Amino acid sequence: MVAKAHRVLPGFGLALGYTLVYLSLLILLPLGGMILKASELGFGQIIDIALGERSLAAFRVTFGASFVAATVNAFFGLIVAWILVRYTFPGKRFVDALVDLPFALPTAVAGITLATLYAGNGWLGQFIEPLGFKVAYTPVGIVVALTFITLPFVVRTLQPVIEDIETEVEEAAASLGASRWQTFVKVIFPAIFPALLTGFALAFARAVGEYGSVIFIAGNLPLISEITPLLIISKLEQYDVLGATALAVVMLALSFILLLAVNVLQWWTANRHKNSEPLEVAAAKASGGAA
Amino acid sequence: MKSTRATQEPRWVRYTLLSVGLGFLFFFLGLPLVAVFVEALKEPETRSAIGLTIGIALAVLPFNIVFGVAAAWAIAKFEFKGKSLLITLIDLPFAVSPVVAGLIFILLFGSQGTFGNWLSEHDLKIIFAVPGMILATLFITFPFIARELIPLMQSQGKDEEEAAVSLGASGFQMFWRVTLPNIKWGLLYGVILSNARAMGEFGAVSVVSGHIRGETNTLPLHVEILYNEYNAIGAFAAASILALLALVTLVAKTVVEWRMKKETEMLNTVLAPEKT
Repeated sequence: MVAKAHRVLPGFGLALGYTLVYLSLLILLPLGGMILKASELGFGQIIDIALGERSLAAFRVTFGASFVAATVNAFFGLIVAWILVRYTFPGKRFVDALVDLPFALPTAVAGITLATLYAGNGWLGQFIEPLGFKVAYTPVGIVVALTFITLPFVVRTLQPVIEDIETEVEEAAASLGASRWQTFVKVIFPAIFPALLTGFALAFARAVGEYGSVIFIAGNLPLISEITPLLIISKLEQYDVLGATALAVVMLALSFILLLAVNVLQWWTANRHKNSEPLEVAAAKASGGAA
Repeated sequence: MKSTRATQEPRWVRYTLLSVGLGFLFFFLGLPLVAVFVEALKEPETRSAIGLTIGIALAVLPFNIVFGVAAAWAIAKFEFKGKSLLITLIDLPFAVSPVVAGLIFILLFGSQGTFGNWLSEHDLKIIFAVPGMILATLFITFPFIARELIPLMQSQGKDEEEAAVSLGASGFQMFWRVTLPNIKWGLLYGVILSNARAMGEFGAVSVVSGHIRGETNTLPLHVEILYNEYNAIGAFAAASILALLALVTLVAKTVVEWRMKKETEMLNTVLAPEKT
């Protein structure tokens, strides 16, 4: 009774110990092993591999398409989250459940379905291609697949934050003479911006690593529509394990830098008016715990 | 003791109508629905792919549950240094491409990997075999349950558990009677999410599987093989099974969300008068 004065509940050591051991064995040591393996190459050689013509093109396609897809989802996701929280319409609960479809649907299924839809003879492709837009088997197809796969992130991150906005704040803005648009830009948007950034970052991070859905619709032409994960796999299939590892490490580093940057940005926007605007603090808290 | 009321048909009529009605529905609706999937299942390769997919998902489940509950227990109920770092590390697999997740296990256990020699000396196979696929799936589904349980257990606080312990409950009793009933819906929610991901995982499993038909071929990988052989019909038949899985997941998820919401509302109405 005296020895454990402030820890009434049992199992702390066991639970934390198990968590740390399992985390280390399954995640940290294997990832560390990969970085160690890459260090066999040396920094200069890793950079050489990453800056090779084919890998550079793959990085450009991967990060470019992911950026476009995450941006598309940030814009439309904001609208979807808004209508799901603020408006009532028939079938709302069904639509709300449907938003999670990309999380539930295996990526390979999404891949072959999207490829079939947008192919020249598909439901959508037959109308789009005569207009001069080719989607399937081009980089545009990659953007389509990534937009589908990462659609839930922004919506699901924004929903709880929009729910938490107190209508009193909007009423105050309106009674002070602000138009609805001014209220949105000056009051609502600043409150949800950190969450929007979080959703964007999550979507972006997922898109960069995505493989299953993309390879079916991309056409996978080197230099044009080949993504980095596919290049890693093709290097592995040619027994170029070191080359694959170098690309994987660079990809990992780039995603971490991006996530870190977005976290810093988010922290900065959340703390800017910490004392004067409690709404933003609430929004930041919600966005930190969401998704 | 005749229980038939004036407004009710006699018992034999009720049973006849029930069996005729349900039989009719089964014959015209149920049977074609079953036939769709039986036809899809006829191919032995598809059958073994389904078996492997379910097997891997079942193998991964207990690891994820134990880890999720242990991590959430330590993080939500205790204060310690480096907690936010630990939470960040648990999220790490979300930032790693599935393909990279597969690659790290090839580097460890592949023929040229760190343990490659030792494994081949002992005639053990991890890469291009089921154990490697289980490892890759474990990596990918690592954060799901913990992520659901941590905020839930944090919001519940530790008063109830402390009360149980101070009333003399053992650690096991406390967990079984207090903690588990409190987190059961959250746990189920996490299980549904991680299960959907485990069954649908493609990239990570593809890297370590070796695509040996009938042996290391999961259903998503089977879809790819059929599709690349221009067997679109077969690919979509297999894909429809996975799409059905997705629909079941969405429905189960919605039901659990609804139950969780209802339970918190009930709790709030019970507690509300005390607070005011």
